[in-house]
Amino acid sequence: MKTVAVTLLAALALGAILLAATGANPLEAYQAIVTGAFGPDGFQDTLAYAVPVVGMATALAIPLRAGMVNLGGEGQLVLGAISAIAVGLHVPGPLGLVAALVAGVLAGALYASIAAVCETRLGVPLLVTTLLLSYPAMSFAAYLVRFPMRDEGSSLPQSDQLPADVRFTELAPGLFLIAAVVVVYAVVDARTPAGFETRVTGWGPRFAQYAGIDRPALTVRLLACSGGLAGLVGAVVALGFPYRFIDGALITPQYTWIGLLAALLAAANPLGTLVAAVFFAALTSGGFAMERETQVPRELTAVLQAVLIIFLAAATGLLRKRRNPA
Amino acid sequence: MIDAALFSSALGALTPILFAALAGALCQRAGVFNISLEGTMLVGAFAGVAGSWYTGSVWLGVLIAVLTGTAYSLILAVGHVSFGGDAIVLGVAINLLAVGLTSFLIRTVFGTRGTFSDPALQGLDAVHLPLVRDIPFVGTVLSGHSVLVYLSWLAVVALAVLLYRHPWGLRLRGIGEREDAAASLGVSVTRYRYGVILAGGALCGLAGAQLALGNVTLFSENMTAGRGWIAVVAVMLGRALPYGVFAAAVLFGLAEAFGFRLQGVGLPQQATDAAPYVVTLLALFISSARIRRTREST
Repeated sequence: MKTVAVTLLAALALGAILLAATGANPLEAYQAIVTGAFGPDGFQDTLAYAVPVVGMATALAIPLRAGMVNLGGEGQLVLGAISAIAVGLHVPGPLGLVAALVAGVLAGALYASIAAVCETRLGVPLLVTTLLLSYPAMSFAAYLVRFPMRDEGSSLPQSDQLPADVRFTELAPGLFLIAAVVVVYAVVDARTPAGFETRVTGWGPRFAQYAGIDRPALTVRLLACSGGLAGLVGAVVALGFPYRFIDGALITPQYTWIGLLAALLAAANPLGTLVAAVFFAALTSGGFAMERETQVPRELTAVLQAVLIIFLAAATGLLRKRRNPA
Repeated sequence: MIDAALFSSALGALTPILFAALAGALCQRAGVFNISLEGTMLVGAFAGVAGSWYTGSVWLGVLIAVLTGTAYSLILAVGHVSFGGDAIVLGVAINLLAVGLTSFLIRTVFGTRGTFSDPALQGLDAVHLPLVRDIPFVGTVLSGHSVLVYLSWLAVVALAVLLYRHPWGLRLRGIGEREDAAASLGVSVTRYRYGVILAGGALCGLAGAQLALGNVTLFSENMTAGRGWIAVVAVMLGRALPYGVFAAAVLFGLAEAFGFRLQGVGLPQQATDAAPYVVTLLALFISSARIRRTREST
């Protein structure tokens, strides 16, 4: 905890130097971030942004807990969203809402499982299979909204709008859904054999194997959960405003990468991931307010996040070295 | 469909990937899993454009790209080698820092958003090789590229010589195979790992320079678009062997150029965009299946 506080201060100090070097007032900029993120106008935006970021952070934390990195979150997220839209456009009423969410989860889970099977059966590292499979998924969705699923009345690459009864018109349902998933993850992680097996694998893969944990099965299971949650996040976002799939709308806000940073920052601890994800979401959403107020580019917040992770990774490495000197 | 121009454009497309993959192979051989190639290349591209713009000389631009790439890779060197931080965590953060930093700087330095280009910005000229250019087919393929394209081929040979014909390469491979054994023979693991990471940074700087000053003459946000990740995969596919990495990069460049060509016959762009990744994945499956078979038969 102390390490996190110190590295946070160091990152803020470095950001202040960068700001001062470009001729801006660091204090003013930081103040604008805080009031922008938590002020009366900005808080709603922060929450809306936090829902997908927390969801993706948790999704990527699940395999990370066992030391497995899922770099294909973007593809799983996009496939979940496009599947939810495809189902939601054809199944009417409240049933359609449920069917859309289920479709999103299934699409993400299946796609991530393919990557897992590629590792367990074909021996290609998970890091690479998840990442490489992500690009075709994004291209596939981009193709769908340009041709078969295109909104005929528009010149933009976007799908038709969902019918009025297959929509999340407010933030609350999505928020509760993702919050429930975070709670389930925390309980499973702390209180169940499955969670224990995952953590043991994270501590030491060889020890886990010796203890009789079936790694291939665990890999597929964790990736299915991870991809399923990423797909759910995609479905939740797609069902919300503007109630359609727009090409690139899930990639540009960097939900996946900010989520991955949060999961890495918290070492995939469920509560820590939640806190880190909310913090990063607030920072990013505050960045938009800062840009409006002070003309400092909002990319500053991305720089701060990355610097924070670099400092923290170096600091934990140093602590580990000190604890067991080679 | 398949003609000299196709191979020529493949050579241009693969050069940034080749430089970055050589950087990755060098690090891999010394036991450093370097996934920060993407970000370092992006920073190199930005530095190259900024350097060329402010000095008015494309050569100074390339030099500045190399120096900036080297300096930027210090983050990984210090964080991973000196502090013992996790290379994957650091790599992911370094890549995101590069995206944030270059997007921040394009606005504060050039005052634009998205893309910076200007007719006055100096790019690399095409070099027409004497004699070679007059050979039919071969001349069209091999001649008329930027200097960096030819330099990348030399770099492949140089890496092979370094790794297998020079004591540095022997020690470096020793560190990659058995770190403690190499250390017990008096080889400084720290110094060699700093060396490969910084040299890798310089190579990524060249990759960025070719991307932003050779293939096109502009900088746009996130213009590396996954090429650094493809380089990571090329290292794996080529087993960190210099010529293996070269072959992997050629495969990728051909897939990209061929996909581009297929758009001409009416295939949607989204299908051809995905082609290089699918080809790479298939190549990985085949090569890992072969390894498994040889391992089982012995």
